[in-house]
Amino acid sequence: MTDALDRPTSLLVLGGTSEIALATVRALASPALRRTVLAARPSAARDEAVEGLTTAGITGVEVVDFDAAVTDSHDALLSSVFAGGDVDVVLVAFGVLGDQAEFEDDPDLAVQAAQVNYVGGMSVCLRAARLLRDQGHGSLVVLSSVAGERARRSNFVYGSTKAGLDAVASGLADALHGSGAGVLVVRPGFVRTGMTAHLDPAPLSVTADDVADAVVTGLRRGSTVVYVPATMRVVMSGLRHLPRAVFRRLPI
Amino acid sequence: MPSRARVVHVRDADDVVGEVLGAGPRGVLARGAGRTYGDAAQNGGGTVLDLAGLASIEVCDDGDVIAGGGALLADVVPAVLARGRFLPVTPGTRYVTVGGAIAADVHGKNHHVDGSFGQHLRWIDLVTADGSVRRLSRDGDPDDVRLLDATAGGMGLTGVVLAARFGTIPSPSPYVRVDTCRVDGLDDLMARMVEDDVAHRYSVAWVDGMAKGARLGRGVLTVADHAEAGASQRRDGTPSAGLPRLSMPPVPVSPLNRVSLGAFNEAYFRKAPREKLGGIEGLAPFFYPLDVVGRWNRLYGPGGFLQYQFAVPDSGGEVVRRSLEALAGIGAPSFLSVLKRFGPGNTASPLSFPIEGWTLAVDVPTRVDGLAGVLDELDGLVLEAGGRLYLAKDSRAVPATIAAGYPRLPEFQALVRELDPEHVFVSDQARRLSL
Repeated sequence: MTDALDRPTSLLVLGGTSEIALATVRALASPALRRTVLAARPSAARDEAVEGLTTAGITGVEVVDFDAAVTDSHDALLSSVFAGGDVDVVLVAFGVLGDQAEFEDDPDLAVQAAQVNYVGGMSVCLRAARLLRDQGHGSLVVLSSVAGERARRSNFVYGSTKAGLDAVASGLADALHGSGAGVLVVRPGFVRTGMTAHLDPAPLSVTADDVADAVVTGLRRGSTVVYVPATMRVVMSGLRHLPRAVFRRLPI
Repeated sequence: MPSRARVVHVRDADDVVGEVLGAGPRGVLARGAGRTYGDAAQNGGGTVLDLAGLASIEVCDDGDVIAGGGALLADVVPAVLARGRFLPVTPGTRYVTVGGAIAADVHGKNHHVDGSFGQHLRWIDLVTADGSVRRLSRDGDPDDVRLLDATAGGMGLTGVVLAARFGTIPSPSPYVRVDTCRVDGLDDLMARMVEDDVAHRYSVAWVDGMAKGARLGRGVLTVADHAEAGASQRRDGTPSAGLPRLSMPPVPVSPLNRVSLGAFNEAYFRKAPREKLGGIEGLAPFFYPLDVVGRWNRLYGPGGFLQYQFAVPDSGGEVVRRSLEALAGIGAPSFLSVLKRFGPGNTASPLSFPIEGWTLAVDVPTRVDGLAGVLDELDGLVLEAGGRLYLAKDSRAVPATIAAGYPRLPEFQALVRELDPEHVFVSDQARRLSL
């Protein structure tokens, strides 16, 4: 149960090795936080994530094996986590960025990305939403991307997977209205993390900590959508309405 | 965002038993008038029983009251006053139910003389997890008495109180005789309270939660006793009803801030007489000053507020000063800081809050920078001093703080496990605090 000072007591992170997710866990951590479940494939990165959080003084960190693409395992996994106690915040943070040129060369890779980002994302969002509704409280935080708002030449496959996930999350926000549970859709711009280290930062780029802070503020305010940085909302509103001929020529 | 539950308006014992026996995995909880500050009367995803339909009130010849669990103290007061009696214990609002008063084992301005509400119970009718209705009498067998006492202060986790019989105290007139005095600093105020409490049934101090430095803890102390028969304030002898005359509309931004509250507190302090003895006041304005403004909680704006209330033994009196300093230090605006002395606690009830010594209650808007950290630190001071937090007010403590403050929590939990192994009775607070 999130307390009166907006401090969650339990977190579930799907994609528990994501830099943004771990920054968000640190930002949400407080003496009130008792249980943090990192769901990810067994890996050195997962071990490091646990160690990093524990070193930061966060107690009650658990891991569960989770593969976003294996959707028929999701039900049992989520149910077992919720059976261990109420979950105040479910953070859906997994995703692959991929490479647009490779996706076009080998469409199988694009299908795989869609299976993780969109199909896997939809699978956990729908299941988590049902469990949150049943417990009558809690927040589903979904990491979307501004890339999903308008397809761009440079990353439209990735953008399409996030567009699909964003639509699921936004729809769930309405579906859960009045249930005691809520959805927060997070739309960051370019985030400087390991996943994007090989790319030149786009304008208005942010860090994982910036996204984490936006999640904390969004949860406190009960927002449905947050952009990171907040100015991205205005920028995207402009970009959405640009004529295609102009948009295509933009260096983004 | 508050959690969501299925709310059932029960009309009789059968309805309650039906809901208890048919409880789903998220359990059942009785809710009174909904005046608890935190999440104690919520049960996310489960069932919440609204007991407003169980509100009968009967005053017996000996002055005792037999009332439904959902009866409001606001309705009990006129019924007993008509017989020259008053509630044995009343909290600062009369818009609480008898069941709620038992669940929180509420205390009042007379705690140092009369103890807490649970100590005045003759019997209660309790629906337990197995669906049975048990009359637990004060002079019944030891198991019954044990459950009766655990229910007082038990935050609804032992069952649903259908009805209760409790004693009352004489009140020959609908008035109290009040001595009021203004005290410039905390040390003087606390010394004065120790001295004055002995001679009066009621005693409480309002503390200026915004004053700093030498003025820290300045306050207005009021002590009172029931006025003699025939005492009157008005020529026609009718007491002021003290019913809500104003209602606070919802506001997008709280009008309360450091400036307005500083001004309010200054004015309130100045308005109080330096010393005034034997003033006559109606019972309602004296006991329920806030009830005059309906929905006053909205004053704090959409961000809301919380109340922090702790009790410490006399040896921990310093925690009062350090709390006021710490809260003033982060500029937490408060217009309702109340300091009171407790008499001996209700040792029969494992989760009853009062312990002999001091209790301080402070209202604070939740959106004050640094509030969470300061309150966590204060928790530490309270525990170090051998004190505890009040569950009825709590909305942000952690399980370890409650466990350390209530050393008899395991005894309570063992009793609940025995009667309710499936945890049919549960609340958001119980989940948050692992009660």
